[in-house]
Amino acid sequence: MKKNRVGMVSVGMTKFNRRAKETAKELCYYSSKMALDNAGLTRKDIDGVIIGSAPDAFDGVHQKHEYLTDGSGGMNLPSTRGYVGGGTGVFSPIQGWYQIASGMFDTILVTTEEKMSTVQPSAQAAFLTIFDNLIERPLGPNLIWIFALEMQRYMKKHNIPKEHIASVSVKNKLNAIDHPANMLGRKHTLEEVLEAEIMADPVRLLDVSPVADGSVSFVMMSEKKIKENGISYDDVAWVDGVGWNVDTTLWNNRDLYYPKYVEKAAKQAYRMAGLKDGEINPTSLRKWLDFAEPYDPFNYKELHHLEGLQLFEKGGAAKAAFEGITARDGDFPVTPSGGLLGVGNPIAAAAGMKSAELFFQLTGSAGKRQVELNENPRGLAQAWGDLMQVGTVLIMKGGRVE
Amino acid sequence: MNERVAIIGIGIEGFRSQIRELSYKEMVYNAAVKAYNDADDLDPRTEVDTFISCEEDLNMGVSITDEYAPDQLGAAQRTVHTITDDGITGIAAGYMQIKTGLFDVAVIEAQSRNSDILTHNNIQNFALDPLETRNFNVNYHFTAGLEKRAYMNDTKITEEMIAEVTVRNHKNALKNPYAAFGSNIDKEHVLSTEMICDPIREIEIAKPVDGAIVIVIAAEKIVKEKNVNPIWINGITYATNSPNFGTRNWNEAEYAKICSRKLYELNNITNPLNEIDIYEIDNTYSYKEFQHLEGLGIYEKGESGKKLLNDEYANINPSGGVLGMGNAHEANGLQRVSEIVEQLRGEAGRRQIKGVEKGLAFSWRGLPTTSGAMMMMGVE
Repeated sequence: MKKNRVGMVSVGMTKFNRRAKETAKELCYYSSKMALDNAGLTRKDIDGVIIGSAPDAFDGVHQKHEYLTDGSGGMNLPSTRGYVGGGTGVFSPIQGWYQIASGMFDTILVTTEEKMSTVQPSAQAAFLTIFDNLIERPLGPNLIWIFALEMQRYMKKHNIPKEHIASVSVKNKLNAIDHPANMLGRKHTLEEVLEAEIMADPVRLLDVSPVADGSVSFVMMSEKKIKENGISYDDVAWVDGVGWNVDTTLWNNRDLYYPKYVEKAAKQAYRMAGLKDGEINPTSLRKWLDFAEPYDPFNYKELHHLEGLQLFEKGGAAKAAFEGITARDGDFPVTPSGGLLGVGNPIAAAAGMKSAELFFQLTGSAGKRQVELNENPRGLAQAWGDLMQVGTVLIMKGGRVE
Repeated sequence: MNERVAIIGIGIEGFRSQIRELSYKEMVYNAAVKAYNDADDLDPRTEVDTFISCEEDLNMGVSITDEYAPDQLGAAQRTVHTITDDGITGIAAGYMQIKTGLFDVAVIEAQSRNSDILTHNNIQNFALDPLETRNFNVNYHFTAGLEKRAYMNDTKITEEMIAEVTVRNHKNALKNPYAAFGSNIDKEHVLSTEMICDPIREIEIAKPVDGAIVIVIAAEKIVKEKNVNPIWINGITYATNSPNFGTRNWNEAEYAKICSRKLYELNNITNPLNEIDIYEIDNTYSYKEFQHLEGLGIYEKGESGKKLLNDEYANINPSGGVLGMGNAHEANGLQRVSEIVEQLRGEAGRRQIKGVEKGLAFSWRGLPTTSGAMMMMGVE
């Protein structure tokens, strides 16, 4: 199926933090310039630009794609903004893949950016506007309490103790210490997480990822261009499988304990990567993949997603996390980057950071975060968004293959 | 993949100033049902591989609008994403996805629900740079006024010539059942109407409408299997000039030049007038029709006006354009495309132009942007 191979050849990233003094355009500029510099390219070498950013309400800018065009290097070029809410950061490199694999483009500069500090006093206020304006908005929901609903349901369904879920926060915040862009990398004890300030039962402060500003960019290229530019295959992460799926808007009609849309997106990606249906099970997949970067805006979401991705049995991920199987030096490393919980959560850029982690790990440039790789190294990044509704999945493999 | 891609189904709901009896979801549902029916009773649950919706948060009054996209298209738990750009850019996304070889059928949807918007001016102001131009806090049409002034100064195009564009499109719209603003007016009437932002008159601005369009595109092998009347996509592109007032080209539609240069080169077109039979060109403001025609290289700079006055105008905007059909934001590009499809199929009724085989659609994102998207289509 994969007739035109597409590779990620460089990454640029700002530090995740509250960056109130910089405009969204500037954040895009920092990361896109860094990605170009790292690839030894200039804007002249780029055929097109992709911008990924979540709600316009954060920046308070209408037609955000247009606004960010110059900062992202898109002036006088074909540029576009694909959008699947929180899933955008993994979707943008997928968009880069299909644009190049179609044969219409050779080199694409992808930027995923979010600036949430513009919303005062908190980005939660802007999140109110994602809900249905007739049925849900009058209730004044915020994300913390709808996640509390989902977390309750997940814990109840599988009888999961809070300790198991809290261990994900400990792990990711610890992993994040080694990430140069990190915002909340820290050594926490399990007790600290369990006893942190309560927000909406059972969600506590350290179960949640922090609001942040940041930007992440990638340069993606066709195999032909990679050869022309003399880039070593060792320095490339190749797109192996992609999938994305959006469930119905009526989130209150589905059983929240399991993300079916993530399963469907994952299966699409596994099939594209050449797996047969019989091979899509936790045991085979954990051998086939070296590590995973599932979306972790809340600690239980990482587990929820691992199950949706078929990497663990339903209800099995929590125990595995508690037992250290998903630690960076465990049997199956999960979120070696530190994830949203540790590095920070500037929506689209946060999932962009997860996609970037595939590049760092697969090219052996993750430094202290480096996980052990097999002969045929592969990693998976996944993001999630909308009204508990979107799954986006990107599988990449290391350049040593072929 | 070298397989070609064709439009196999279109469905239109609207356009009217206000569609009171339908919600926006029902509008899209109606358009989708028509489009799937047009594509030989396509089943969206099993036969469509990917769905793309084109919409903007602030126009729809919700954040993360793609949340609300799947159900009315039959796309729940399917491959769906949003493009916050013109409908033609959405078609480009579907086209590229098919070209990867991973997908065979794509559905593209765009809609506008202007009647839910109380303060267009405030929303458009949010599209201006928050630190710079937004602080002018003026009527957003002022940008068009500046640009029209620059264009008239730079060329020898006169107010009278531009008034003829307004007249012609309103008359064309009378024959178009999808158009909201058909009227039999003359130049004197246009020139006597109210000035909004000198030199822009109210009548020269496309008025907002409600409506939705759904388009189905498919790879050649599917086209052959189905009983459809395909219109082939012979090239598609999009481009942005600059979001900043200080760094953009005010005299010309730079984005149109970038788009057309690329597509003509791909299709070996040196003189588009000889090779294209019918054009649907954005005219959200009357002067934009000329500016775009010249940006696309169809007429020399400043020549469009004379061509129109001397009755040498090509088959341009038989639909009435955005002026006649109404401003449907992201759906504007799909308005242009669906008109070309109906014309090339010979299904355009009273506005049918005989013997047309190749068409060009060009759309602009509207103020304050400098983004355009372009598509070439043919019966072959």
